[in-house]
Amino acid sequence: MAQLSTIAFLVENKPGVLFKVSNLFRRRGYNIESISVGPVENPELSRMTVSVKADSRILNQIVDQLDKMVEVIKVKRLDPMRTVAREMALFKIDTSDPMAREESLRHVNNYHGLILNIDPDFLIAEVTGDPATIDEFIEKTSPIGIEEMSRTGVTALEKGRLKL
Amino acid sequence: MVEMSGARAFVESLERQKAEIIFGVSGGAILPICDELWNSDLRFIMARHEQGAAHMADGFARASGRVGVCLATSGPGATNLVTGIATANIDSSPVVAFTGQVPLNMIGTDAFQEVDIIGVSASITKFNLQVRRPSEIPQAVKSAFYVASTGRHGCVLVDLPKDVQIAVEEIEFPEEVSFRGYNINLEPDGREMDWATTLLSNAKRPVIMAGGGVIASNASAELVKMAELLVAPVTTTLMGKGAMPCDHQLFAGQCGMHGTGEANLLVSEADVLLVVGARFSDRTTAKLEEFSPGAKVIHIDIDRSEVDKNIETVTRVIGDAKLALEGILSRMANTRFDTSRNGEWLKKLEKFRKQYAPPELSGNPHMRAPEVMRALRRALPREALVTTEVGQCQMWSALYFDAYAPRTFFSSGGLGTMGWGFPAAIGAKAARPDVPVVDIAGDGSFCMTENNLATCVEENLPVVVVVLNNRMLGMVAQWQRLFYGRRYFGVELGNSPDFVKLAEAYGAEGVRPETIDEFERAVRRAVKDDVTMVIDVQIDPEENVFPMVPPGKGLKDLLVEA
Repeated sequence: MAQLSTIAFLVENKPGVLFKVSNLFRRRGYNIESISVGPVENPELSRMTVSVKADSRILNQIVDQLDKMVEVIKVKRLDPMRTVAREMALFKIDTSDPMAREESLRHVNNYHGLILNIDPDFLIAEVTGDPATIDEFIEKTSPIGIEEMSRTGVTALEKGRLKL
Repeated sequence: MVEMSGARAFVESLERQKAEIIFGVSGGAILPICDELWNSDLRFIMARHEQGAAHMADGFARASGRVGVCLATSGPGATNLVTGIATANIDSSPVVAFTGQVPLNMIGTDAFQEVDIIGVSASITKFNLQVRRPSEIPQAVKSAFYVASTGRHGCVLVDLPKDVQIAVEEIEFPEEVSFRGYNINLEPDGREMDWATTLLSNAKRPVIMAGGGVIASNASAELVKMAELLVAPVTTTLMGKGAMPCDHQLFAGQCGMHGTGEANLLVSEADVLLVVGARFSDRTTAKLEEFSPGAKVIHIDIDRSEVDKNIETVTRVIGDAKLALEGILSRMANTRFDTSRNGEWLKKLEKFRKQYAPPELSGNPHMRAPEVMRALRRALPREALVTTEVGQCQMWSALYFDAYAPRTFFSSGGLGTMGWGFPAAIGAKAARPDVPVVDIAGDGSFCMTENNLATCVEENLPVVVVVLNNRMLGMVAQWQRLFYGRRYFGVELGNSPDFVKLAEAYGAEGVRPETIDEFERAVRRAVKDDVTMVIDVQIDPEENVFPMVPPGKGLKDLLVEA
């Protein structure tokens, strides 16, 4: 059964590696829900976190195929029970109606979000949480009017001593 | 450290890899390298098309077990290599391709003869990279050879911008290369081998399926030992042909869509199937759900990602095939097991073998392909090398031409590249000038790369081409005959060219034998005189390759006639 899973891996921080990773997913027909990339404490390496919807056979294949890539150093399928996964999203909300402004501020507060910018007619809020929480925020805020949004994709670390 | 140009560093790096031959075509973006090669002892074998150069490097690699090298210029030179690269990579052949590239400052500007070959080749190479400075070249070349020829072998492409070839820098040649993300684990896990041993020693109807991995890891002797110890019939995939001598009593022939009756039926009835260095391609398994339904599958492979990809295994042994077989053999030596029950199983092999023996053919005015294959075998010494093209000629070769040793039979298995066999034969001849090399071709395939006859003649690399000429793209025609109501479309080639005259135009010999005896004599003479000869064997355009498993059917549902 297809389920949403998170795979984290360390890659060489070199040009073209992101292309090769995404090319692998495309070529084998794996669907990426989200991908996030950034350098780690060692500047020669980057860490990628991919969220995919797949059954467990395909997930194993994705891990094995990534592991085979010369540029991929370590790869691991993260156990959701032992992982902290977060995602950040920015929202531009139409607040020309004072009621809307009040309500959106309340939502942002409820989700422990931050107001980053206020214009006469718009505000920009930041909400961080696990992907389900962000989905929930979107659902609640949509009726007010989300003008524009941008999500970073999931990033994740394992708990305790566990590491990649 | 010494100062030198990138091109000089490139040539010296190749020499340090003990490369002796480069197959290629020159061009604008590799002029600096050409100029350094002019000044070196490396042999440059010039193909007439870059696809040919890549196939030659592939044939060289398969015949020698060493890395094959090909070289092309940027843009069209590089894209012409693509088919050859994909063919080598999917068949796990260690090939390194070098391409010229426009100067760094012109990359991305759609410059003359610019192609993003790194992007183009990303999904058909094991690894690829572009160098940005001359000082990166020694490392890049060494890495390319290392990655291509270790673990599961494959193709590596290195892109060399022209200004990087020209620029001069302090160059250091590394003694070793390593990648944080590339660890080859050859040693199989002991527990995995224990489980495999337990399963094998309890097997009542064991079958061994050997793939190209057995040949790549030089594990043929261990394979034969294992088969004899277990009294287990051995089938091979197309890539595994030669891993077991075809005249061995336990050899059951090829398994798959065009498998022998005995191989397909034994695999279907096995209780334990030991698969060594094979990847369960759809041409080998036929319908997955009906593949060896009662068998516990043990899969030995160096590539973890092949395990459980198509067929669920009970036990996997990840590592080098030779080490894995050795490890299991030594465990078997300490295990009590009884193979007397396997007598019944062997009787089945004999029974199926008789039942599905190819009919002796006569009464047809045409020479029949199976007969031609057997005559070719008679005319060639045991150590001769054979390549094939793709289609009917390939399957007739696989079914009816006996190979006796590893690295004597080569075919484009995964990609099924028509036009591969002839240039691959030239590469094989360059690797093994001491033995005769024959390409078993069809007229359609041969026409795709026949221009390399010029290379045979000019470079003195004699190859015999047996053209099974049915004036058809025979395999496609066979499908149209069997499954599309004989509606021939895009398969009729007519009588052009005249292969005898074609050969003569290139300065090679051409003959058109009328009988099997004449054919055999022609082969013997070509081998004796060591000349390039095209033998035009006219066969019946209506002849089918059988046995055949129709698409969508299981291995045991094989057809033996239309």
